[in-house]
Amino acid sequence: MNIKISANNLSAYFGKKNTLKNINLNVYCNEIMAIIGPAGSGKTTFLRSINRLNDLSNDFSYKGNLLLDGEDVYNIKPEILRRRVGMVFAMPRPLPRSIYENIVYGPKLAGTASKSDLNALVEKSLKSAFLWDEVKDRLNTSAMKLSGGQQQRLCIARTLALRPEVILLDEPCSGLDPISTAKIEEAMQILKKEYTFIIVTNNTKQAARVSDNVAFFLMGELIEYNSAQNIFTIPEDKRTDDYISGRFG
Amino acid sequence: MFVKDNMSTKDKLITCVIYTVAFSAISILLLITIFIFRKGAPLIFKIGIPNFIMNKTWAPLGSQYGIFSMIMGTIWITAGAMIIGIPLGVSCSIYLVEYAPLIIRKILKPIIELLAGIPSVVYGFIGVVMLAPFIRIHMGGPGLSVLAGSIILGIMILPTIVGISIDTLQAVPNSYREGALALGATKWQSIYKVVLPAARNGIIASIILGMGRAIGETMAVIMVTGNSANVPHSILDPVRTLTSNIALEMGYATGDHQQALFSTGIVLFIFIMIINTNHLLKIYFYYLLYLPLQFFVL
Repeated sequence: MNIKISANNLSAYFGKKNTLKNINLNVYCNEIMAIIGPAGSGKTTFLRSINRLNDLSNDFSYKGNLLLDGEDVYNIKPEILRRRVGMVFAMPRPLPRSIYENIVYGPKLAGTASKSDLNALVEKSLKSAFLWDEVKDRLNTSAMKLSGGQQQRLCIARTLALRPEVILLDEPCSGLDPISTAKIEEAMQILKKEYTFIIVTNNTKQAARVSDNVAFFLMGELIEYNSAQNIFTIPEDKRTDDYISGRFG
Repeated sequence: MFVKDNMSTKDKLITCVIYTVAFSAISILLLITIFIFRKGAPLIFKIGIPNFIMNKTWAPLGSQYGIFSMIMGTIWITAGAMIIGIPLGVSCSIYLVEYAPLIIRKILKPIIELLAGIPSVVYGFIGVVMLAPFIRIHMGGPGLSVLAGSIILGIMILPTIVGISIDTLQAVPNSYREGALALGATKWQSIYKVVLPAARNGIIASIILGMGRAIGETMAVIMVTGNSANVPHSILDPVRTLTSNIALEMGYATGDHQQALFSTGIVLFIFIMIINTNHLLKIYFYYLLYLPLQFFVL
């Protein structure tokens, strides 16, 4: 298995607050890696370090390094990096435009191709996100008119349209109904042949359902990183066990 | 009528007070409107609407009351002020919200809003002693001109445009910016394609308010525009606006002449009404300013 992303002694700070402490972990190609942990444990900060979205905060600083295919992410131009590493947020936030425009937004910025290519891309992305059948007749209506679950799948589709290598999902199902959640999980299982997924989730059961490897974060530290099976059946650390069995968090 | 039986006495009292206050504000506006129209409308009908609006000759002593040159003056000056004020104001607010460090925004925003507190006669004075001579020496003409008026007004409407635009830009959810950036947009692309369209209505509202201010401004305009009642042919010509016409002559006007000044007020009133109520204007701004810009930038 090839290493896709590797964090080496990665620490992150917002002002004086230390949100990540010496994280060392590797994410492999074509796997679904889940990050679990209670609120404020640094899950999202870690996720946002990968596509450098933390840079938007004025007081952010970091130590150590984070490699994407062996290359430090700070050596890659942010817009190129973010095309290679797509991200889906907790709250579905489509741009206030039509469904079609939401999807072609990224590829257009990247300067991809003709109109027919774009149409094919829109169809392919929407199909991959299991949304095509529901919206194929109204691609030009505003994305804001879709339901929450549809908006989230639209956000996944527009990320797929960029053909990234890695997709970061930040609690993608936190506000969704069980059916939409199931559709998204199903999509991930199919798509992992082509992409590497890193999913942050508050739902340990979801982590158990979808992921290959699971990392447990607590107070900015990586407590345990192991295969999903091991984490959920024979966790090595007592704190992991406590969290999974619902004794805290 | 507004007091319902199931309200408590205290609620009834407060409802009465609030409605009284609200309606007195509206009725003052109504009274002003009625007053202007009663004073000014008879003369307009006496000499005929086309003759009043399209006639270029303003000669009160010869009973010639044509305000065409003043209408053109107001349009020229306002357009000039917008050409100067909109790019400055909007780009300033984009800088302050999106690029400037927090500390700079916190220092600069109150300073810009302070511009609104400077009396207009001070702006006029600066225009007369600095701007007009500069234009006269370096560009020709009498100096007191459309250009001078536009520059002064363009600066005067900045606080209106910047203040409201900053508020709307700040109200755009951060997730829009993050969403665009996460899709590989550069900072400018995220601002141009996502943040500005999301803030469009607020920015247009700020421009319209600024425009209202530019049309209504009197003192500074009287001081720097030269006030000759002729249709301007270039930006270096002196010009008289609707507001200056009223302010300059009201002191000594009597009879028909005085009525004609109120009639000028009616035209001004209609101008302001069109700007503040017409949603067509928003669409017009969208197609004339926003869409063409899109072709240039991306």
